[in-house]
Amino acid sequence: MAVTTYSGAEQYNFEVVKKFAIMSIVWAVIGMFVGVYIASELAWPFLNFDSPYISFGRFRPVHTTSVIFGFGGSALFATSYYVVQRTCQTRLISDGLASFTFWGWMAAIALADFSYMLGYTQSREYAEMEWPIDILIEVVWVAYLTVFVGTIMRRKQPHIYVANWFYLAFILATALLHTFNNLAMPIDLFSMKSYSLFSGVQDAMTQWWYGHNAVGFFLTAAFLGMMYYFVPKQAGRPIYSYRLSIVHFWALGFMYMWVGAHHLHWTALPDWTSSLAAAFSILLLMPSWGGMINGIMTLSGAWDKLRTDPIMRFMIVALSFYGMSTFEGPMMSLKEVNALSHYTDWTVGHVHSGALGWVAMITFGSLYHMMPKLWDTKMYSRKLIEWHFWLATIGIVLYIVAMWISGITQGLMWRAFDEFGNLQYSFVESVAAMHPFYAMRAIGGMFFLTGMVMMAFNVFMTIRQGKRESAALEAKLAAKLAHA
Amino acid sequence: MNFNFKHEWIETNIGLLAVLTMLAISVGGLVEITPLFFIDKTIEKVDGVRPYTPLEQRGRDIYQREGCYLCHSQMIRPFRDEKLRYGHYSLAAESQYDHPFQWGSKRTGPDLARVGGKYSNEWHVQHLTAPRSMVPESVMPNYPWLKATPLDTSDIAERMKALRKVGVPYSLTDTEYKANVAKFGETVAKQLHIPNAQQSLIEQANFGNYDGDRSGISEMDALVAYLQVLGTMVDFGKYKDDAFVNDR
Repeated sequence: MAVTTYSGAEQYNFEVVKKFAIMSIVWAVIGMFVGVYIASELAWPFLNFDSPYISFGRFRPVHTTSVIFGFGGSALFATSYYVVQRTCQTRLISDGLASFTFWGWMAAIALADFSYMLGYTQSREYAEMEWPIDILIEVVWVAYLTVFVGTIMRRKQPHIYVANWFYLAFILATALLHTFNNLAMPIDLFSMKSYSLFSGVQDAMTQWWYGHNAVGFFLTAAFLGMMYYFVPKQAGRPIYSYRLSIVHFWALGFMYMWVGAHHLHWTALPDWTSSLAAAFSILLLMPSWGGMINGIMTLSGAWDKLRTDPIMRFMIVALSFYGMSTFEGPMMSLKEVNALSHYTDWTVGHVHSGALGWVAMITFGSLYHMMPKLWDTKMYSRKLIEWHFWLATIGIVLYIVAMWISGITQGLMWRAFDEFGNLQYSFVESVAAMHPFYAMRAIGGMFFLTGMVMMAFNVFMTIRQGKRESAALEAKLAAKLAHA
Repeated sequence: MNFNFKHEWIETNIGLLAVLTMLAISVGGLVEITPLFFIDKTIEKVDGVRPYTPLEQRGRDIYQREGCYLCHSQMIRPFRDEKLRYGHYSLAAESQYDHPFQWGSKRTGPDLARVGGKYSNEWHVQHLTAPRSMVPESVMPNYPWLKATPLDTSDIAERMKALRKVGVPYSLTDTEYKANVAKFGETVAKQLHIPNAQQSLIEQANFGNYDGDRSGISEMDALVAYLQVLGTMVDFGKYKDDAFVNDR
């Protein structure tokens, strides 16, 4: 039968997976371009061009929203819909609802980006969207939860695969965080402007409980879900330890929610809260490394794939960066280290070693694995995947090295005293000292963006190739049928 | 009793998995956030902290709109260098009326928690319009539109009403007004009275003439009024050096 040439076209809903996968790449290009632009604004401030719409303060949330929720979010929708169908061997429960999550999510990101440029923001980092967009996100999220859990309920076998636990934890935690961090009073039903329900210290604590768990669940648990499906698939081997996956799943979910207050060390937040957060941050090293070890050791016995398979290389480097940044994080949450690192570029570097090194790299690996399967073909160019890998890796290294140096320099300059006990440097001297590193960071970002553009081109050609192949196949079959 | 727990029960039951996951992720927030609303010592008892006047609040709205919090913190830590550079460390009480808080997380530029009164209005206007004309090494964007844009004062009462609903003691009734007189004194209480909001905003802007231009009220007037009040409400001269140590 002709239908069987489309792999799983009837068994699974791949339409929504394809849409999300493509948009994930589109948002990546947009978000990373804006990232490179704002990085350049800090190195060469004339680039603000006296325009309110692209001045650093309004443009920065466009970058974070586009990459976290546009690129990362779309990749998570795509892979979770793919993984849940494959592992439960059943179709999504509702095509309509799944399609709604796609259009709703796209609308939320686009509206958010435009609203920031027009000056509408809650000024809560990574939750800048004003209240009407928050409500849209809430509705989309409930639909997402319904589709995901509903599909699991229809599974063909008793077991729920480990990747789905992580995706589920991410969906539940995001719902919880989004709801409580965005409680706000609009000034008018027809106004975008609102004021947050909480103030001062309680507001700060709520925001960083959200802020760090956006990292913990949106950017970690969910991507571990991705890892638990695509790493064993690409390696052709089972997950290293089933027991480890159970232990680190529960430990990770429980502990992450305690650590947000390490963003508020030495502030007006009471000491007991931030000390508790520091203690849990250190403990968190164990479940984090549990995940990393489980992923990397899955390759044990097949290490030669690192030499031959660029997709595998993306995944293993991603896990290595995950291990590195989940070591760096607990270290930065120690109060003594934090006293130096807080408010500096070190934090920015840390975030990007996680975001570029872990999140983006595991996504690239997973998309390179999944996209040819969706269009029933092979990746258009393996060479371009290799190039992408190296550009991305060099870009990350330039970026985080620049931020380490600038961050530690800032921290040391701010606290330096001369022999009379006066401050040795004025603040602006520390700003001037940053210039070469801001330039270096922007260049690192350009490397990463260039790799991303190559990926977009490669994927575009792959889809075209897949469509051409299936058209040719269909024509052949039609001709055969006509002759019969 | 033979109770033999198997993780398999959870792995084969989506309801159980979801409920247990929800439990696991709820504990941290409950333990760390809820007590902050009930433990009295969380917010220090200190004189002088008041809600923002209508003009200052509009300035704060603009501070938020332009994303200033992304490069400037408003939270001084209890270190020797920060005391020398910025002044007394920030108290929780000082941001108790801040919806939302603006503590920030990054100092691409300096902390602003006590910037009020440090520079003249003229300095701020020139610096906001063209930062590099004052500080050549600065990487701050120019904000020429602030002075050129008239301040929208029409919805100030709506804004204050929303803030009142979330707990800021702006007064709407006579009783509330009298309570404010008792708490903040008559001059301040008048400015916190919502029925007078637009009028007191205009009066403060005209009297202060923050942007140096008397022909109208600009967004610059509001933003400078806000910057000039930051960190000035508490008179630390009245307190001993270690007065707030035990509150942390």
